Amino acid sequence: MTGGLIYAEESAPYTIDGIFPGFREHATERPVTDYYIHNIAGEQVRTFDITEGHERDTEWADAVLRRKMDSWMAEQVHEITREAGGGLLTEVKVNGLLREDGEIIGVTCEELDPIKADFVVAADGVNSELAREAGLMDWEEPEEWFQGVKAVVDMPGDAINERFGITDEEGEAHLFSGDLYDGVRGGGFLYTNQDSLCIGNVFHLDSIVEEEAEVQDLLDALLTHPVLAQWLGEEYDEREYSAKLVPDSKKAANPSPHQGRLALVGDAGGQMQAQGPIIKGMNHAVTAGALAAEAFVEARSRGEPDSAGERYERRLHDEGVMDKLRPTRYEVASALSENDTATRLAERALDSSVGRLGVRMADRAGLLETAYSSPYLATMMPDTKTPYVTLPTIIGEAVTACPVSAEDFGGGCYRDETVQSNGDEKRVVSLDTQPCVECGTCAIVADTQWEHPSGGKGVEFREG
Amino acid sequence: MHSVVLTKGVPDFREGQVAFDEDGHLERGNTPTVMNPNDKHALRTALQTKVRHGGTLSVMSMGPPGYGDVLREAMETVYADDLYLLSDRELAASDTWATAITLATGLQKMENQPDLVFAGFKTADGETGHTGPQACWCLDWPIITHVVALDVDEDEGTVRAKRLVEGDIEEIETVEAPTPAFIVADPEFEPTYRKAAHRLTLKDLRAETKERAENHEEHLTTWDHADLNLDPDYIGLDGSPTIVSSVDPIPKAPAEREATVVDPDDGEGMGEVFEAMEPFADGRSEAAGD
Repeated sequence: MTGGLIYAEESAPYTIDGIFPGFREHATERPVTDYYIHNIAGEQVRTFDITEGHERDTEWADAVLRRKMDSWMAEQVHEITREAGGGLLTEVKVNGLLREDGEIIGVTCEELDPIKADFVVAADGVNSELAREAGLMDWEEPEEWFQGVKAVVDMPGDAINERFGITDEEGEAHLFSGDLYDGVRGGGFLYTNQDSLCIGNVFHLDSIVEEEAEVQDLLDALLTHPVLAQWLGEEYDEREYSAKLVPDSKKAANPSPHQGRLALVGDAGGQMQAQGPIIKGMNHAVTAGALAAEAFVEARSRGEPDSAGERYERRLHDEGVMDKLRPTRYEVASALSENDTATRLAERALDSSVGRLGVRMADRAGLLETAYSSPYLATMMPDTKTPYVTLPTIIGEAVTACPVSAEDFGGGCYRDETVQSNGDEKRVVSLDTQPCVECGTCAIVADTQWEHPSGGKGVEFREG
Repeated sequence: MHSVVLTKGVPDFREGQVAFDEDGHLERGNTPTVMNPNDKHALRTALQTKVRHGGTLSVMSMGPPGYGDVLREAMETVYADDLYLLSDRELAASDTWATAITLATGLQKMENQPDLVFAGFKTADGETGHTGPQACWCLDWPIITHVVALDVDEDEGTVRAKRLVEGDIEEIETVEAPTPAFIVADPEFEPTYRKAAHRLTLKDLRAETKERAENHEEHLTTWDHADLNLDPDYIGLDGSPTIVSSVDPIPKAPAEREATVVDPDDGEGMGEVFEAMEPFADGRSEAAGD
């Protein structure tokens, strides 16, 4: 899933519509023609127009829903690659790196025989298992991550036009910040699609953990805030709820995202730029993917195919991609310089000091033991086919930070339950991976052995 | 490499679909016709062969003209190139023997002579499992039944199969036969596509067949007994030595237990329940030890 806006930057060597003509026509929703940030303090809201900052270096920016976008892209990619003898395969889980004498020579798959390759481009997203197996990325520090949650809210196109005062060809982006999140660092967003809205939050993961925040409650705090009532009215239908991790490229982007024949692009390599409150990811992934391809073509034509990774890295730096992802200093002020309040706001979101992850439950060892010995859990323990999360070693954090779990809430992955037996009361955490949205949060905050489900078995977003 | 899959339309025996008259006899006119569910094993085996070895694939069936939907379903399932229907009033009421003669003749008449013929694992209506082997007997080809894995060596003109001995999953033997040959897949057959190239071929075939299946009648060849040069005395009802004397409905098993519904708020009723359960509570440990 995505938030999601996709950008085409004027300074970038590649844009998605340059590579796939017709992209905007077939795969996107509305363009962002107006951009606002709302600073909320109690019942008071101060709104700033940041369209100018948004338009800087922006050729265009459109809202997208990934189901529609990816379906269209998949057809294009399959058609183009099929002509060259390749093709796009889905419902296959790439589960590891194929090595010979320690060197990466391809990938292994759950559903297919190993595939040898001259160059492996891992574009397998924020939870890339290949990047972790190669030791190029890790799931260690909550400080390096944001967690995004999103609701797609149904709204007919005419209603959007009327309520936002726009035409079919226009769209808006709104950001929300302030005290509606009880001190959890981050903010909210609203983007207009053709006949729906994307409304969500992006928070610093360590802050969610520290504040023991229930992320669903924070989304509700936004959805039910009076500032949104002007657009949502009294009732609205939620089409889909989704979540994902967002790497903070300033800390997480690997400056040398390759090893042997493996190169990382996009989220897999932490290439997600938080430019103040504006988050740009897909555009950098597009550029990185194209640069990786360029690097391989050049390497092969020079008879040095093994130099593709090095060439890719050089291009990321030469083309300025890495400097955007990992700037020497955070350049929020320049992006939003027209308004001091907005600048301070953004800086606060970025630069607040971050506390170390604390262990919330003193008796967690005892609790875990109980959890592992529960007969209910025994039947829920993961096998290789469908469930794919082990029990967390730090249960408290997982329950609150997991976007589909909550204490006293019956529908999530981890349920904190009080079980009564023989007059005794025990607290156990139960695991049920059925509602898992595969965001990977538990792998970072609670050290679960999270891994992707088998091909075609995982969560399927209808909107994305 | 050319393969043919034999399929049959049968009454849809699923609950709610099948209709019986007062005497418990099947009302064929009121029961929809679907592809014999057991033919899916043959179709899957044939598809795997096509994906791995290429070539063409035909589907053949004997039945009334209304079999179009069955053939279309078969075409979509197996990504067939063309369809053959052996259809004629003279062929009506054939038993397995007459059907086998007709199918074998149809196979011989094909311009593109098959290397492999795949037959289903018995039909849902007759449950005999005879027709495929009998058709094979008419052609004097080798037959491999209860196949759970299949590999073709086109250069050698052989087929190698793993099969269940006596239909038993515990015992598997590997056999080899020259082509042309008959293959009867066992329900245990699981097609595997472990190569990226095979999956891409499947994807191509799926896209290609979707279009073809929409106009499946353009790819349908219908032959009657005259086309097949068959003597009416040896086909249809006249050519069928099997005599079905009668069909008896299986009586419903009588219920052996009595059930009483007790409202949990009914104190007296619940008291009786506990009373009735009491002897079992004492014997719990024994029961657990069983």
